[in-house]
Amino acid sequence: MPTPSPSLPTEFADLEPYADWALQGEGARYDKRLASTMDELQAFYDAAFPRMEAAMSYLDQYSLDALPDDAKHLLWLYCALITASFPVEVWRQPRVPDSGASSFDAVLEPAV
Amino acid sequence: MPHFTKPAEGSWTEHYPELGTQPVDYQDSISPEFYELEREAIFSRTWLNVGRIEQLPKVGSYFTKEIDAARTSIIVVRASDGEIRAFHNICRHRGNKLVWQDYPGEETSGTCRQFTCKYHAWRYSLEGDLTFVQQESEFFDLDKADYPLASVQVDVWEGFIFVNFDPTNTTPLREYLGELGKGIEGYPFQELTQVHKYRAEVGSNWKLFIDAFAEFYHAPVLHAKQAVSAESRKLSERGYEALAYGIDGPHGMVSSWGGMAPPKDLNMVKPIERVLRSGLFGPWDGPDFGEMPPGINPARNKAWGIDSFVFFPNFMVLVWKPNWVLTYHYWPTSYNTHIFEGTCYFVPPKNARERLAQELAVVTFKEYALQDGNTLEATQTMLESATPVKTFPLGDQEVLLRQLHHTARAYVSEYQQQTAKTPVKA
Repeated sequence: MPTPSPSLPTEFADLEPYADWALQGEGARYDKRLASTMDELQAFYDAAFPRMEAAMSYLDQYSLDALPDDAKHLLWLYCALITASFPVEVWRQPRVPDSGASSFDAVLEPAV
Repeated sequence: MPHFTKPAEGSWTEHYPELGTQPVDYQDSISPEFYELEREAIFSRTWLNVGRIEQLPKVGSYFTKEIDAARTSIIVVRASDGEIRAFHNICRHRGNKLVWQDYPGEETSGTCRQFTCKYHAWRYSLEGDLTFVQQESEFFDLDKADYPLASVQVDVWEGFIFVNFDPTNTTPLREYLGELGKGIEGYPFQELTQVHKYRAEVGSNWKLFIDAFAEFYHAPVLHAKQAVSAESRKLSERGYEALAYGIDGPHGMVSSWGGMAPPKDLNMVKPIERVLRSGLFGPWDGPDFGEMPPGINPARNKAWGIDSFVFFPNFMVLVWKPNWVLTYHYWPTSYNTHIFEGTCYFVPPKNARERLAQELAVVTFKEYALQDGNTLEATQTMLESATPVKTFPLGDQEVLLRQLHHTARAYVSEYQQQTAKTPVKA
């Protein structure tokens, strides 16, 4: 089987183990957070958070409507880091406290 | 000691004497009979916001809206003359729903040159005229001019499209929205075209969610776990006081402080907020729109952060200091359920950095709303329970709640008086 090509820009090859977080759509990123353990969320955060400033500088060389696929994946990975940051920085649990079974679904959001 | 000045009467509530200060009966939120009256007295008679003009960019652009509270579905369309029109979503032939995709109960949108019924291919122009009848010669003295789509009053305020289901309504939209609407005219809503929209089915009466978003008294408590702990402690010791409240007719507003965009002390906020320069109050480096309309920050307070306008019955507009806007809609589906919509509007981001700052504001809003929505179900079930607790004291920071329930009761009562005068036709 051919090795899949790296999904992130080569400058961010160190984040490749977390490339499965590069999901399009807030709903998909939120579902992955709920399906993760705190250890998994912490590992993703610890790897990606220190690289966020570098990632934004890298992405800022492109116009948002002309992002190459690998850069788009990097952007979505950082959207996912935002989603994952809440449990890691504050709650210590994947779901916001006192939210029970309530849901709140994105029905319209930017394509990129 | 209040931190911010209150009216001369000593409280915001007493400034509006018709509201009273006595405990409030929440029967209006648990009674199926009262809800049926609200459908007639409120949702079938007042101006309802159903969308924005940017959703209809060109001739033939349309969307449908399900409005269960008014027992209808509507089509909103930009007609050939460029004007926006609205119609009941029903084919004049045999009553089939005219515009829908796959699932008749789901809303849809798109662009078309005419509306064609899925059932027998009767066609209507964008102006609602019946233009084609399949096998027309089979019908008896059928004049197509007698069968246009049933139109609905529609009007636009600051780019927000409203409809009114009462054909006898003579109050223009702008007059209905009153001083509070007038006060924010000119705000550049049309610049905020980057949209994130959320939807939730909530197990509570529609007014209970407005209650939750029309007061911030709950914020330091219910949302305590959202902030870093030192900040959270400080907020809850201080409690909450608004800068100002305003009430005009059935509508209300609360003006609030908000020192978080950017914060005075970076240690007040979470690490991700420091890097992205964003948070609950929005991206710290928002666009500069220059001078604000006079209705924004009415107290002219330097600590101002957000104004929340409650346009009766079910539309809220929140204008944040860093120049983004959040709207809320509450669409009742029964006396104890409703659909909540929360829509975030930003200027289109110029780069990934701005896109990520907006994403943080949006998902922070989502996490707060999840806590709010869940709490409402806890309130609804207990209000409905056999517990012998029927009235509830509302504080001065809850003056808009008092106003909302007072207004709903007044509309229902007026409707009952009117219908009592009208003899029922057999």
